[in-house]
Amino acid sequence: MAVRLIAPLARRLLRLIAVLGVVALAAFGLMQASPIDPVDAYLGPQAAQVSPEQRALIAERWGADQPAAQQFLHWLGNMLRGELGWSRVYNAPVSEVIGSRFLASLPLLASAWLGAMLIGFALGVVAGTREGGWVDRWICRYAYTLASTPTFWLAILGLLLFSVTLGWTPVCCAGPAGVTRAELSLATRLHHLLLPALTLALLGVAQITLHTRARMLELMRSDVALHALAQGASRREVAWRHGARHACLPALTLAFASLGELFGGSMLVEQVFSYPGLGRATVEAGLRSDVPLLLAIALFTALFVSVGNALADGLYRLVDPRLGEVRP
Amino acid sequence: MLEIDRLALDFLRYRGLWRRAAIPCLHDVSLTLARGELHAVVGASGAGKSLMAQALIGLLPGNARLRGSLRLDGELLDATRQAALRGKHLALIPQSLAALDPLVRSHHQVTWAARRAGVNAPRAAAERALTDVGLVGDSARRYPHQLSGGMARRVLLAMATAGEAEWLIADEPSVGLDPAHRAGVLEQLRRLADAGKGVLLITHDLRHALSVADRVTVFHAGTTLETAPATAFQGRGEALSSDYARALWRALPDNDFARPAVHEVPQLA
Repeated sequence: MAVRLIAPLARRLLRLIAVLGVVALAAFGLMQASPIDPVDAYLGPQAAQVSPEQRALIAERWGADQPAAQQFLHWLGNMLRGELGWSRVYNAPVSEVIGSRFLASLPLLASAWLGAMLIGFALGVVAGTREGGWVDRWICRYAYTLASTPTFWLAILGLLLFSVTLGWTPVCCAGPAGVTRAELSLATRLHHLLLPALTLALLGVAQITLHTRARMLELMRSDVALHALAQGASRREVAWRHGARHACLPALTLAFASLGELFGGSMLVEQVFSYPGLGRATVEAGLRSDVPLLLAIALFTALFVSVGNALADGLYRLVDPRLGEVRP
Repeated sequence: MLEIDRLALDFLRYRGLWRRAAIPCLHDVSLTLARGELHAVVGASGAGKSLMAQALIGLLPGNARLRGSLRLDGELLDATRQAALRGKHLALIPQSLAALDPLVRSHHQVTWAARRAGVNAPRAAAERALTDVGLVGDSARRYPHQLSGGMARRVLLAMATAGEAEWLIADEPSVGLDPAHRAGVLEQLRRLADAGKGVLLITHDLRHALSVADRVTVFHAGTTLETAPATAFQGRGEALSSDYARALWRALPDNDFARPAVHEVPQLA
């Protein structure tokens, strides 16, 4: 029994380590290929006042003058000892930067994710129940439009409409200028969170809606639905009692598989709304060649998405009893 | 009394972009079913027997066009009345085991069926129906994929009987079962008929239908050829009026095992 439980876990863990290794290597390779010189990016406008000797000194201090392979191995060795390095952009330990930034992003990510899942699922079930009706047609049109909308464009539109024209929501940031985070009230925080979270949520909705609808259509045409109707059930009862149960399988998979996209979307949304979260930190780290921070964020994101997928697998087994007995 | 009178059924389908063509599936289907009667409808696969069952409960696809009339106790059985009676008075035992929801435990599905039929104490009714078909304890609590084919058939039977409907349409309820289970299912249908329900047994298996049925209607290519008492199927089938029914009877292994020549049975030509 113990072996049967441990073997799949160990396999999963090995796979996770391999994925993380590849992600780290790829991210490091991309940074090496990046045209941005870390020393230039660090110095910024002061670069003109720095002599080539001082510049070489900085590079030597950072180890940027060593061959790439040696830099990577050095970083890897430190990482395995739990030392993530020092962020040059924020002038703080990487682990601290990621911790605080992730905490700032978490409400945004979580509310957007939950919102996308719940709205998308409900729309999908409703559309799938009334195939071909006007509700279904409008939900589909809406989903297709949404699916083909770029994140940043939607964010800018929302900003123009709700913040600039209507003035309902703040224009930027996680709170008013000049106020530290500890002083913010919950209402202010939510007020600043509203528009970014909604924008991010809307993007996930389309996919979940369309996939849920497809599964619902399949079920509503199946023998299960016909049998339930023959027992005297209404279409609505069939949809929510049988359909929702079946449709939550693809919805769950999608919701967890789209965690990566959620991160990607959050970068764009945080950039447009100047929201000080992990997404913005990623952009900063990339633009200013902050290798330790960027590598750590890449690893953290990969870990987050992998854990999400593992969770989806586990939940899948809970919903569908047929999967519980099949060994992976 | 449930009466089907000259029922005809077409499916409308698009031929090309604009032209709609009617594909005839049933024509001239007539039979009657009384309370307390087990009436077998026997015919080959694809003859339209299951479509007739769907027409009876009013769950045909949207592109079906129905003619002829259905009556229940003398009153016209139209779509509104069918919707009101479905589950409560008219119950269907579906042919496919895929009719069980794979994500729901069996006894829950039976309870849902009882609740949909408007039973006062659905849980108790479900328990009773499951006990009647011999499913008790753990086996009643399994998921459909954990049931054998015979158990799944009995769950479907329990779902149809949990609601105490007076009219039962059983679509191939014994297909794929071993002889012992098949006999069990057929005997249960017989008991339901003896208890005063009207049972329509749709099957392609004439021999086993005869062991329990009061009357048999022979179905061929969308038409009911003849209705005869079960006792008419004996000897060389002299009491039967249609050639097809006689050929069907004589083709059974216990009889002549006769393969009829085409000229003998005009309906086959």
